[in-house]
Amino acid sequence: MREITFSQALNEALREEMIRDEKVFLMGEDIGLHGGAFGVTKNLVKEFGSERVRNSPLSEAGIAGIAVGAALLDMKPVVEFMFIDFTTIAMDQIINQAAKIRYMTGGQAKVPAVFRTQGGGGTGSAAQHSQSLENLFCYIPGLMVVMPSTPYNAKGLLKSSIRNPNPVVFIEHKLLYSKKGDVPEEEYLLPLGKANLMKKGRDITFISYSRMVHVALDAADQLAQEGIDVEVIDLQTLSPIDKETIFQSVQKTGKCLTIEEDCKSSGFGAEVAASIGEECFDYLDAPVRRIAAADVPVPFAASLESEALPDVDRIIRTTKMMNS
Amino acid sequence: MLRIRLFESKVLDLFLKNYIRGPVHLYLGEEAIAVGVCSALQKDDYITSTHRGHGHCIAKGGDVKKMMAELLGKSTGYCKGKGGSMHITDMSLGILGANGIVGAGTPIAVGAGYALHLQKSNQIVACFFGDAATNQGSVHEAMNMASIWKLPVLFICENNLYGISTCIRDVCRLDDIAKRAEGYGFSGITIDGNDFFQVYETTKTAVEKIRQNGGPILIEAKTYRHEGHDIGDPEVYRSSKEVEQWKQKDPLLRMERDLLDRNILTQDIIDQMRSQIRKEIDQAVQFAFDSPEPPKEELLTDIFVKEGEL
Ligand SMILES: Cc1ncc(C[n+]2csc(CCOP(=O)(O)OP(=O)(O)O)c2C)c(N)n1
Repeated sequence: MREITFSQALNEALREEMIRDEKVFLMGEDIGLHGGAFGVTKNLVKEFGSERVRNSPLSEAGIAGIAVGAALLDMKPVVEFMFIDFTTIAMDQIINQAAKIRYMTGGQAKVPAVFRTQGGGGTGSAAQHSQSLENLFCYIPGLMVVMPSTPYNAKGLLKSSIRNPNPVVFIEHKLLYSKKGDVPEEEYLLPLGKANLMKKGRDITFISYSRMVHVALDAADQLAQEGIDVEVIDLQTLSPIDKETIFQSVQKTGKCLTIEEDCKSSGFGAEVAASIGEECFDYLDAPVRRIAAADVPVPFAASLESEALPDVDRIIRTTKMMNS
Repeated sequence: MLRIRLFESKVLDLFLKNYIRGPVHLYLGEEAIAVGVCSALQKDDYITSTHRGHGHCIAKGGDVKKMMAELLGKSTGYCKGKGGSMHITDMSLGILGANGIVGAGTPIAVGAGYALHLQKSNQIVACFFGDAATNQGSVHEAMNMASIWKLPVLFICENNLYGISTCIRDVCRLDDIAKRAEGYGFSGITIDGNDFFQVYETTKTAVEKIRQNGGPILIEAKTYRHEGHDIGDPEVYRSSKEVEQWKQKDPLLRMERDLLDRNILTQDIIDQMRSQIRKEIDQAVQFAFDSPEPPKEELLTDIFVKEGEL
């Protein structure tokens, strides 16, 4: 095993899949020599040339459409949107086209495209560069939504996303790119649609994904010192969601706290909480609670931003309240 | 052209008798464009279509039985009854789909062109869209990218003067939309879209150029729709005089006159063709009527590709 960063892990995933399958090509703004805003496509243009690592004009709607059209002709495009905030410009192609074509054509066509982007706050980038918009995509039938948390699952999940024959929205967290972790030298894949049990525990289940998994684990560590034994689940794929893993855990612990970085109202935790309410109510010892961002555009000032986003303290306070 | 004319007339009839749900946009009056363009393409070339797509589909060789069944929402339709008028697709004929979102087919066509470019194929993509679509940002993005990367895309603007009720003159300063191509560094040509021979010849030349040199070309074909935007359009935005004037330029009558004048066809043969195609369309309607509704189990299929499928 060796340690590499989250960006390097993604870069390896892209490189390996491009070597493996000629149909894979990349397209996005500044992904060529510049290597992408977060360095994920570094050096790939040198190895694969500018046709397969296609630096595009500033045309989010257009490049999303190009991915759809190329995918219809059996190619495997991987588009990079520099910030998730800019996917809003490409929504027609993602939501009305990519997600719907298979259904509307009665199964005649498929769209094996990956829309890679990043999200989340914490960098003082203010409201148009800090959003967590995963829920927009989870709401759309026909899209898969994947959100890795570590270099290890980033690589394994991206490789699987590229091989998957459906449109996948792959959301990376901007604060994770430099995070290091163990990644095997040899090839591996991780299945889409499967959650990862990060830590076993007895007393309460934390359900989280992306960067919040690390916040949840930190909180779980501190709670362990006070005798509260937390189970932590990293969802990895938000859509389709792995309800089985969630329900098994909740049946064991009887309590659940969802931890996410998107806004609380209509956020992803609401879906998880409602599903548990519908299907696991009898096992619950307390109502499911949600930790999420405040329902505000992400503010610029550090003091306000940290107030808006979830942190370890809030998780600990809420967990203690649920356990008292 | 005759097949499109009779198909669309039948669709109008069935719609008015309440057999067809949802919006239906007829291609009546614009037949020369689809047929002129598609007959200048090779069989394995691709097209992307629009909300007004029946004509494109028929011209590319689409099966009128499956089309009619789709319009009636039957399980034997092109999309198993899940798409309807605005989404008819036949991947096996290179018909990459009609589109309910105006302009959205353009980047998709360019993406198909990008795939052909990477695959080093000499096939091309013909991309149909209306005059109103050319005010969509995605169309401009698509044209620009097709140009900078020299992609094999033929853009065909069917300028029928109106986007629903809005006249193109009120929303675009150019007399000829074809001029927009110049802004992106490729050539645009304006032609009479009601003249089959002109559409065919222009397309043929354009397609040859695209195959030889790569890079897109825009053809603007001026035309007119005989019916309203969709069936039920009150048509308050245009005068009956204007409609009548354009009906004088009916592309089908013109084609018939041309063929008779040049002694290529006789009136007898035209009459025979008409009755034969009428029969074919009646059979398509019968096929659609006789076909089953989609079973309830179909509701949840085709959302994702399942393992082992395709
Ligand atoms: C993005 C989008 N905006 C609005 C509409 C509603 N709409 C459907 S057809 C149409 C007019 C399109 O006109 P044009 O592109 O000229 O094609 P035509 O109908 O004349 O063939 C409009 C506005 C739509 N379907 N998609």
